[in-house]
Amino acid sequence: MSEREVLELLRENARYSTADIARMTGLDESEVETTIEELEAAGVVRGYQAVVDWDKLEDERVRAEVELNVTLDRETGYDDIAERLARFPQVTALRLVSGDYDFDMEVEGDSIREVSQFISEKVAPVPEITQTVTHYVMTSYKEHGIELGDGEDDERLSFSP
Amino acid sequence: MTFELSERVQTVPPSGIRRFFEIAEERDDVISLGVGEPDFSTPWAARDAAITSLEQGKTSYTANRGKRELREAIADYVADRFELGYDPEEEIIVTAGASEAVDLAFRAFVDPGDTVAIAQPSYISYEPGVIFAGGEVLPVPTKEEDDFRLTVEGLEQAGADEADMLVLCYPNNPTGAIMTAEDLEPIAEFAREHDLTVLSDEIYAELTYDGNEHTSIASFEGMRERTIVFNGFSKAHAMTGLRLGYALGPAEAINAMNKIHQYTMLSAPTTAQHAALEALDSCDNDVRDMINEYDRRRQFVLSRFREIGMDVFEAKGAFYCFPEVPDGFTAEEFAEGVLREQGVAVVPGDVFGEGGEGHLRISYATGLDDLRKALARIEAFVEDHA
Repeated sequence: MSEREVLELLRENARYSTADIARMTGLDESEVETTIEELEAAGVVRGYQAVVDWDKLEDERVRAEVELNVTLDRETGYDDIAERLARFPQVTALRLVSGDYDFDMEVEGDSIREVSQFISEKVAPVPEITQTVTHYVMTSYKEHGIELGDGEDDERLSFSP
Repeated sequence: MTFELSERVQTVPPSGIRRFFEIAEERDDVISLGVGEPDFSTPWAARDAAITSLEQGKTSYTANRGKRELREAIADYVADRFELGYDPEEEIIVTAGASEAVDLAFRAFVDPGDTVAIAQPSYISYEPGVIFAGGEVLPVPTKEEDDFRLTVEGLEQAGADEADMLVLCYPNNPTGAIMTAEDLEPIAEFAREHDLTVLSDEIYAELTYDGNEHTSIASFEGMRERTIVFNGFSKAHAMTGLRLGYALGPAEAINAMNKIHQYTMLSAPTTAQHAALEALDSCDNDVRDMINEYDRRRQFVLSRFREIGMDVFEAKGAFYCFPEVPDGFTAEEFAEGVLREQGVAVVPGDVFGEGGEGHLRISYATGLDDLRKALARIEAFVEDHA
C-alpha cells in the first residue's frame, strides 16, 4: 500500500525529497527510501525526467508521432520489430496499439531534416514495415499530465473566512 | 445627512481579519495560509456543464427551492453518503451558498430574545447572523484537550440547557476537528432533553481523513425533526464563487425558510445549479483526488509544525489545522509578526470566538510548494524569536 502512495507522489513530482514524502504519507524516511529502492530494483520505476516546454527555449526541437504498419511472419513478431526500433536513440517512445496501425512511435531530433531522414533511411527500409505516416508536432499543450499554458493566477483573497 | 444605522448592524464589530488584509497588501511576496477556500478549480465537467447551460440560454429563474432535478440529486447524494432521508419536494432548499441557508434559518427560527448557543471556535458568520435576526449569542467554547470537540460538559458549563438553539459545524472551520458518531450521540441526547433546535453546518462533510467517515447529527433518533443540515458545493467541489448550497430539514422548517428565500433571493444562481447537478452526477473522482491531495498536505503541515516545536492537535477534517502559538506570543502578535517579518498570512484563532485564543488557523488549501516555503518561513520566525 505504501508502495502505491510513494509511486503516486513520485509520479506527481519526482523531485519531492524523501523527507517530504515521509511527512505526506506518515511513513518513516527510511521506509520511503527502501520503498523507492525496491521500486527501482524491481524495474517499476525506470527513470526520472524533466517535463520540458520546448516552446520556451530558443533551440528548436522537432518531434514527430509516427504511425507504423507492419507485417509479421513465422520468424518475426511484434517484439522483434519493436526491439530493433527501440534501439535507435531518436525513438523516444514506442508502443504497440490497437486500431488502424500497429506501432505508435515518437521520434525526436534537432531539425525536420534530421527526423525525416531518420524515418526514410532507418525506419522505412525495415523489411517488416509496410507503411509509415509521420505527424510533426506543431504545438504541445500538455505533457505528462502537466499543462503547458501560462496557467491561471491564484485570484483568491489572501484572507477569507 | 448621516445615515442612521440600525442597532443590529452597529452591534456587530468589523471583521477581525480586515487589519491583516491591509498589512498583506503592503508586501508582494506573501504566501497565504489564511484562505478559507480550495485552491483547486471547479472540476472541469461541472464548469463545462455551466458553460453549456449558458450556451443554451438557460438563464431564467428556477423554482424557488431550486431545480427539481438538482433537489432529487441532492436527496440521492445525502441518502447514499450520510444515510439521510429527505424528500426533494418539501424538505430540501437550494440556496446561494450554505451561508444563505444559515441566514435563512436564523431568520426563520429565531425570535428577538431567543438564545442561540454556538460551539466555538467557529466560522465567523454565525454570530452576526444571530444578531441580525435579533437573537442573543451564547458562546460554547470547545477545548484543545477535547480535540476541539463539543462536549455535554462544555454545553452545561456554558448554560446551553437554557438555550433555544444550538449551532455546530463539524468538520470544523477553523480547528479541523471532527466529531464521530460516538462523540455526537451525547450531544444529540442533550439537544433532545433540552428541546434545542440544532443547526448543523456540514459543509466540510466530504473532507474527513484517516479513515473517518462523516456522521450527521440529524441521523440520530429523534434528531431529524429538530435539525437543519447545511451543506453545499463550495468546499468538496471547489465551487465557492458559484455560490451554491442547500439546507435539509422537516417540511415545516424548510417551508418557513423558503418563505424568506422566495422574497429575498427568489432562486439560487441558475448557472451554478447546472454546474452542481453535473458535480453530483460525474465528479466523484475529482472530489476523491482533491481529498487525497488535502490529506497529504495535512500530514505534511502537521509534521512540520511538530518539527518546528509548535503544539498542534491532530486535525482530521476540513482543510485547516490549529497549532498553538509559542510562549510569549498572543495569537494576534504571532500572526502580525509572521506576516510583517516573513510574509506568511495566517489567521489568529481569536477571530473565531471563544476557545480560539492562543492558536492560529492554518489553511492547507494551498499547493505543496507554497506550503513548504511558508512552513520554512514560520520556522525562521520562531527561531528568530526563541
